[in-house]
Amino acid sequence: MKGLKAKKYLDQIFAIIGLLFCLIGLGIITVLFLDLFINGAPRLTLKFFTSFPSRFPEEAGILSAWVGSLLVMLVTAIAAIPVGVGAGIYLEEYARQIQGLQKIKGFSRVIVWFTNLIEINIANLAGIPSIIYGLLALGIFVYIFGFGESILTGGLTLALLILPIVIMATRESIRAIPQSIREASFACGATKWQTIRWHVIPYSMGGILTGIIIGLSRAIGETAPLITIGALTYIAFLPSSPLTPDFPFISFKWLFDSFTVMPVQIFNWVSRPQKGFHINAAAASIVLLLMTFLMNGFAIYIRYKFRKKIRW
Amino acid sequence: MVVKDLKTLKEKFIEIFLFISAASSIFITIGIVFILFYESAVFFKKVSIVEFLTGTQWTPLFSEPRFGVLPLVAGTFLTTSIALVVALPVGLITAIYLSEYAPLRLREFLKPVLELLAAVPTVVYGYFALLFLTPFLQRFIPDLSGFNALSPGIIMGIMIVPYVSSVSEDAMRAVPMYIKEGSYAMGATRLQTAFRVIIPASFSGIAAAFIIGISRAIGETMVVAIAAGMMPNWTINPLEPVQTFTSYIVQVSIGDVPHGTLEYSTIFAAGVVLFLITLGANILSFILRSRFRERY
Repeated sequence: MKGLKAKKYLDQIFAIIGLLFCLIGLGIITVLFLDLFINGAPRLTLKFFTSFPSRFPEEAGILSAWVGSLLVMLVTAIAAIPVGVGAGIYLEEYARQIQGLQKIKGFSRVIVWFTNLIEINIANLAGIPSIIYGLLALGIFVYIFGFGESILTGGLTLALLILPIVIMATRESIRAIPQSIREASFACGATKWQTIRWHVIPYSMGGILTGIIIGLSRAIGETAPLITIGALTYIAFLPSSPLTPDFPFISFKWLFDSFTVMPVQIFNWVSRPQKGFHINAAAASIVLLLMTFLMNGFAIYIRYKFRKKIRW
Repeated sequence: MVVKDLKTLKEKFIEIFLFISAASSIFITIGIVFILFYESAVFFKKVSIVEFLTGTQWTPLFSEPRFGVLPLVAGTFLTTSIALVVALPVGLITAIYLSEYAPLRLREFLKPVLELLAAVPTVVYGYFALLFLTPFLQRFIPDLSGFNALSPGIIMGIMIVPYVSSVSEDAMRAVPMYIKEGSYAMGATRLQTAFRVIIPASFSGIAAAFIIGISRAIGETMVVAIAAGMMPNWTINPLEPVQTFTSYIVQVSIGDVPHGTLEYSTIFAAGVVLFLITLGANILSFILRSRFRERY
């Protein structure tokens, strides 16, 4: 029975190796954070958040970068949320009902074919490298639509990028709702939209919100597509204010202003040879990492909270 | 009856809006294909496909430009291979551990931690590769140049571990319990069950995970743009600086290249190649994944 003992040892050894490999991830995150913190923490003063980029590393700050990130995210959210959630609802609530019919005939057949196409397409879009979206935006938004290298272009580009994430999250959480809920609503005389508005959307809100936040947290860290559309410029001013003193008090001029965002600013600083700028890059990376981790943490919290609340 | 008609009208409107939302994803794909081929047409009119695919010099921004794409292929191949050497074993072992060994509580802790690896912005990884890993490796490999393929490759590998491990874990979990129980009933250990039963049974799913990893590594931009240098290099030496398809696009985008010129169209030519490779990988992994879903 010596062989058996050896095999059991091997089994134990593998359990330890497996745990070690899993902990590699934790270790790397820790080293990454420590390295950034040791290098960047001294630069993290209030002045760093309220100064524009500068030729002198000690005076440079991330004011235009974090304001830019915020405004770009705003455009991304406004564009991606209605379209992404809408697409998810259509695919689950309308298209699947047609697919479920006993006999599919006439126009419905086209819809079924088209829905399958959309599904494969979304899976594929999720796997396309982000820089390709940048090229798409460069060709279409910057030159054909003439939006230029603006906040609008940047926000729309990132919206396209996270659309598959929002759609998939919406679909998944809608799919978890039992059919009986819908039937009960129909039986009370509700129309399809009323059922969706008052039952399907509220019950799937947790999953949808999680998907939106995960998508936005990915968008806030994206660099490549924004560099492609030309966001890598020296920006030492803020976009024009959305609020104006004159009637109608709201201005959309900021949409067409040029911009920079946090990750692009980090890239700019990392690629310079001076050590001082590397310190700035580390400090800005800490801020960016905290932003993404907070968003991810918030998403996990929402998922947890909604999961506890709803029991079918 | 007016009220009812209004209601149906509203319902129809909403359905149409939702349908357009769903169809918009098709327009994105059409847009990508159209723009890539339309803008790179200028390039392929001036440069023959044969020269493009077989030339070993890529110097489009020089006064005497050469348009051989092979140096970019070499750079992409090199960084991707290094990434895979890291990501495949780590991803697979992690997946086996999480699905077969880890107690539930530990699993619920480890999975989000692993997913954090994918949530770190790539530009931060680029910083890490250039300013932490490269100096660290230079202590052991004195020949390593400041920009090289090795350290961004390793970092990219770590970055794609969560993709590889989560898809392979899904595949392993799809193996029915009775097959595993059959193996345990024969007296096999967990290790034997994992390697002789579960991996063969979920092979197509694991292959799909590997292909997703490859596609991620090929399309990854910022890490290589920051840490690999921007030098087209027809080499397979990981200690030298290289340039990939993605980092070439970044390099051109940083500079001021006027719309419509030949230089401008080169990034779309690079984009076409990149798009076709990743599209192929995505389709392959899609087919493999639907195969393992159907079997049980």
